[in-house]
Amino acid sequence: MNEQGTEPIIAVRNLSCHFGKKVALDGVSFEVRPGRVFGLVGENGAGKTTLMKHLLGALTPQQGSVHVLGIEPTRNPATLLSKIGYVSEDRDMPRWMRIKELLRYTQAFYPDWDQAYAERMLGQLRLDPNAKIRALSRGELAKAGLLVALSHKPPVLLLDEPSSGLDAVARREILAVVIRSVAEEGRTVVFSSHLLDEVERVADDVAMIHAGKLALLMSMDEIRATHHRRIVEFGKDLDAFPEAFGVIHVEGEGREWAVVSHGDAAATRQALEAIGGKIIEESTPSLDAVFVARVTGARSGEAVA
Amino acid sequence: MLHLSINPGDGVPLYLQLVQQLKHLIATGRVRPDSELPPVRVLAQQLVINPNTVVRAYRELEVAGLVYKRRGAGTYVSAKGTPYTDEECRRILGQRIEALLVEGRHLGFDADKIVKLVMECDRDLRRETARENANEEGAQV
Repeated sequence: MNEQGTEPIIAVRNLSCHFGKKVALDGVSFEVRPGRVFGLVGENGAGKTTLMKHLLGALTPQQGSVHVLGIEPTRNPATLLSKIGYVSEDRDMPRWMRIKELLRYTQAFYPDWDQAYAERMLGQLRLDPNAKIRALSRGELAKAGLLVALSHKPPVLLLDEPSSGLDAVARREILAVVIRSVAEEGRTVVFSSHLLDEVERVADDVAMIHAGKLALLMSMDEIRATHHRRIVEFGKDLDAFPEAFGVIHVEGEGREWAVVSHGDAAATRQALEAIGGKIIEESTPSLDAVFVARVTGARSGEAVA
Repeated sequence: MLHLSINPGDGVPLYLQLVQQLKHLIATGRVRPDSELPPVRVLAQQLVINPNTVVRAYRELEVAGLVYKRRGAGTYVSAKGTPYTDEECRRILGQRIEALLVEGRHLGFDADKIVKLVMECDRDLRRETARENANEEGAQV
């Protein structure tokens, strides 16, 4: 195990994956350091779940490599799965079991299972041990899934769209449990989500994935420090926004434009003024705005070469 | 429990939102000198934010002299004052005042009007603080 804090918990290098002609992942590389919360964001079909499946060892790399806790997931699945907690988007669980039976059943697979912890969590998550899985609400299902994933005290937690289809209250409860497990037990978490404000709240590092490629890989701090959003006004109507240093996305028409830039703020400010723009407002963009700038529309929305 | 709220979408970094709200609570006396702020993991869980965000906010407040740490025992509100020199305080406030004046000019408020508004806000803040103090004493009886 990596107690030192220097070795990455997860290392993905140049990972590519094709399903027939469809490119699911294309040269993806990143590392997740110990104790970090790593948020994976992208549109549906961008490659998030495919990537998760590689981390779990459910898919073998066609090209490139994947290491989790220094292990190649497909080489040694038994060892690895005992050290990973996983919650899938579809929360596939035996529907006929009661929650307490599910716990007993799951416990059998894990030597490190902590029953006291599981029971404490049952109470905190307000789950009835006698309830049948098939009778659970979506929120309760998600909580039961998380409970099962955490009770063998895995050093790594993988969550594939943990909030998908949940109401705000259940979402908050789930995230609070994840946060506690990070703060109190130093767990490393990778979670995918399409809810950008959720990622902005809890992630240390963010990877934006688009059409199988990483569109952005940065710490949340760095994203905030290096991206700027400005409202710029021009003396006359513009048909198209001219080139300007650092600008990665513009939105607007006529005289007033919202401009997202990356990098040296002073240089972009000068560049905007040089093309006749007057900066009316300057702020830090939300992660959502950065995502739009980086993924939904690369500069001016036209085809990216 | 401290009543704080974090809003990811609004363009202010989360740790700064936390810093600003805690500063306000301290300035109005809603958290008293030498009282303990919630442990990082507790506040992180309550607000559903990354623990490092709370760590960063506390560090910021510590640098500003508003809180202090006891070794191995959490974060406490400072009795009063700041470690900044008068000159540094003037520089920090000067930046804020400049931004305020610029904003005022755009909205058609001259300096006199802004000063009047500042006095009004100060009166409200004092009233709020007095009320908090009264509540506090009432609670102790």
